[in-house]
Amino acid sequence: MAHKKIGDVILDVQNISLRFGGVKALTDISFDVKEHEIRAIIGPNGAGKSSMLNCINGVYTPQEGSITFRGQTFKHMNSRQVAEMGIARTFQNLALFKGMSVIDNIMTGRNLRIKSNLFLQALRIGPAEREEIAHREKVEQIIDFLEIQAYRKTPVGQLPYGLQKRVDLGRALALEPKVLLLDEPMAGMNVEEKQDMCRFILDVNDEFGTTIVLIEHDMSVVMDISDRVVVLDYGKKIGDGVPDEVRANEEVISAYLGTSH
Amino acid sequence: MAFFLEALFGGLMAGMLYSLVALGFVLIFKASGVFNFAQGAMVLFAALAMARFSEWIPGWLGLEGRLIGNILAFIMAAALMFVLAWLIERLVLRHLVNQEGVTLLMATLGITYFLDGLGQTIFGSDIYQINVGMPKDPIFLFEGVFEGGVLINLEDVYAACIAALLVLMLSLFFQKTGTGRALRAVADDHQAAQSIGIPLNRIWVIVWFVAGITALVAGIIWGSKMGVQFSLTTVALRALPVIILGGLTSVPGAIIGGLIIGVGEKLSEVYLGPYVGGGIEIWFAYMLALVFLLFRPQGLFGEKIIDRV
Amino acid sequence: MFYRENGQFKTSYRNDQQIFPIAQDRWVILAIVAFAAIGVPLLADEYLFRAILIPFLILSLAAIGVNILVGYCGQISLGSGAFMAVGAYMAYNTYVRIEGMPLIPALLMGGFFATLVGVVFGIPSLRVKGLYLAVATLAAQFFCDWAFLRIGWFTNNTASGSVSVSNLSVMGWVINTPAEKYLFCLAFVVVFALLAKNLVRSAIGREWMAIRDMDVAAAVIGIRPMYAKLSAFAVSSFIIGVAGGLWGFIHLSSWEPAAFSIDRSFQLLFMVIIGGMGSIMGSFFGAAFIVVLPIFLNQFLPWAGSLVGLSVSTAAVSHTEFMIFGALIVWFLIVEPHGLAKLWSIAKQKLRIWPFPH
Repeated sequence: MAHKKIGDVILDVQNISLRFGGVKALTDISFDVKEHEIRAIIGPNGAGKSSMLNCINGVYTPQEGSITFRGQTFKHMNSRQVAEMGIARTFQNLALFKGMSVIDNIMTGRNLRIKSNLFLQALRIGPAEREEIAHREKVEQIIDFLEIQAYRKTPVGQLPYGLQKRVDLGRALALEPKVLLLDEPMAGMNVEEKQDMCRFILDVNDEFGTTIVLIEHDMSVVMDISDRVVVLDYGKKIGDGVPDEVRANEEVISAYLGTSH
Repeated sequence: MAFFLEALFGGLMAGMLYSLVALGFVLIFKASGVFNFAQGAMVLFAALAMARFSEWIPGWLGLEGRLIGNILAFIMAAALMFVLAWLIERLVLRHLVNQEGVTLLMATLGITYFLDGLGQTIFGSDIYQINVGMPKDPIFLFEGVFEGGVLINLEDVYAACIAALLVLMLSLFFQKTGTGRALRAVADDHQAAQSIGIPLNRIWVIVWFVAGITALVAGIIWGSKMGVQFSLTTVALRALPVIILGGLTSVPGAIIGGLIIGVGEKLSEVYLGPYVGGGIEIWFAYMLALVFLLFRPQGLFGEKIIDRV
Repeated sequence: MFYRENGQFKTSYRNDQQIFPIAQDRWVILAIVAFAAIGVPLLADEYLFRAILIPFLILSLAAIGVNILVGYCGQISLGSGAFMAVGAYMAYNTYVRIEGMPLIPALLMGGFFATLVGVVFGIPSLRVKGLYLAVATLAAQFFCDWAFLRIGWFTNNTASGSVSVSNLSVMGWVINTPAEKYLFCLAFVVVFALLAKNLVRSAIGREWMAIRDMDVAAAVIGIRPMYAKLSAFAVSSFIIGVAGGLWGFIHLSSWEPAAFSIDRSFQLLFMVIIGGMGSIMGSFFGAAFIVVLPIFLNQFLPWAGSLVGLSVSTAAVSHTEFMIFGALIVWFLIVEPHGLAKLWSIAKQKLRIWPFPH
């Protein structure tokens, strides 16, 4: 990883505070993410990690603070805008479209780039057909990359959990994102599945140069693959730096040091 | 002015009847999250049962007076509603426990059609009378104040009182008894209630039974007023906007929503009707509900609907 | 052994993505359509056309429309009858008020106006869903019930309140006999079914299904819920509107608003549930079922009753119909929410490996 070129700050989170009624989910969180790096967000359950990603994604609107992405600053992110700008994400509890096949699920990720309108699609000739085929090729590349060829026509609801997580990742990759937000991509996986997922994440980062922001509980994974780490606890930031720094941080140790599995 | 008051009272009374039907919806929704489209069919079914039983029982038992016959008919009809509740829980609800609301809604649509057919098969499809001794003559109030007085239907007043009594009893039931407490717990959180040992299935049978009783009372009052006939189900469809207005989970909301719709319908028909060719009653309630849906979907007293990610 | 896909390799995405990838399917469908177009007119009698085939075709079309909205996009609608009414009445007005208006454009105009109404009453779907949306669609139903009853303009100010059309023709071909009416409807249904199938397997179809399955996740990958939902209402209402025009013009020739009442809405919804939500083929199954069942019961029940010495009146048959529908709806929702279409595809699966059990 020493030879990886980490760029400038691509995503900057400034003083984000998020409240739900009386509950403070996030208090004055600031950190940055540099291009091409793998940034991990860790912390005990309920620390606000998913909420942080939801703010970046536009699912939640923070009461205070702003987010700067590639030079543009926003007080509130709009989900579609975020996707258009090149930020994609996976979900902790999977948010796959259970009724559709693997191909169709990943194809939905290509939606932003499909230009032909309703009428052309109804007739399915010329530009609409060509577009559909072109995007299908892209999706097949992702399917190859994630090694799920055998399941491409299976309805996602019938797949085992580990494969569903891969489809989730595939759908995010279909957006060809600049930044990939991964919410506990390895939750519920066994050792082999985790190794596979790690490999995919590293490959994505390596081959496509995608910046990765990763929420993860497994410490060995975090320490192993991430370039820098942010630590949250009860909605506040208690650590920020390279893995070794964070590992030695007193506050982090006392608040929470997860076990390696 | 007297005319206005008459229209107002008429609307209030009609609204009270809507509220009675809406109460059944609210009860079931509060306790099980199921939106029971079949409530209207239940009203019809219960009314049919009552009407026919009160006709047949005197014949079966050789009774002379109407009172005992009616009481027995009521008991029989109530028992029938209990069996119905039990069957619905057993055959339908139990199997659809984890489905989304839309599926359950459509299942209750199916139950509606089934009850419709069943009721008319068992009890017949003519128009039947329910005679529980409600006064039929109108009275004139305020004869001193207004010329000729204000025409009130005494039957409607009785109906309103009965409805108020029913609401009172239901409130007491919910607030003061152990079963009522269990029902409120289930309404709040199914899983939590189960985890402290509340038997979900039995609770649902109780809820549907209570809703069935409410349907029976509503059916008796409606049936007494306009005869028991098929159009009762369409009348029940009018109760849907009531709950939208009042809020799906609110008993007072069902009452107030009903009154608002009743009065609104009557007044708009009387005052606006002539300009647009009449028939406003057909859509007034629903268009009002539509407005609420756009701006305040939870209604006047309901809980805010939160969409979880 | 007959239904095997052995040797049918797809060498291009275009082939893989066609509507009927398995060759046997393609042949069968072509055969069915050919038979429908050529064989049926030769074999069927007038009763068959009037009572079964024409209603089946038109209601299948309407069911496709409803399926797009309810089955593919997950937006419950109890107001389809109203959209059929708009289609019928506006087609009527276009046909009657505009000098020399040809038939097909008039029907399409009916569909267009139905689209407008559909989009307007679809706006609540941006705010609410489930049963709340059902109530909003009921508002459409009742409002249209009233409008076509009381607003004289729609019925060309006829005294009786019912409208009628006659002397229908398309570019010189007069549509008179039941067989001709049937062919006219068949043409519409085949064309629209094809367009609908194309839509649901393209990007817009995936958008609809994404909204149905999880609309929050859909927003996060860049799908606009507003566009997806309103387009579903628009396309759905268009198809339903055209079906309404066909129902009025071709099937009824003369109609009143009651032809498009809430019972019609329920009927269409039941077709979609029983036939299979989210399946174009299922719409046909559902329509066939709902058209044929009452006729079947009408013949069967009195006969069965006579076997046990009971006389069964027509009212009783109608009540039994209600009971069977209701019970079937519940049964399908519990056992096979994807309806007859799913049962059919399971049967095909078994057929593929026949004579082996698995």
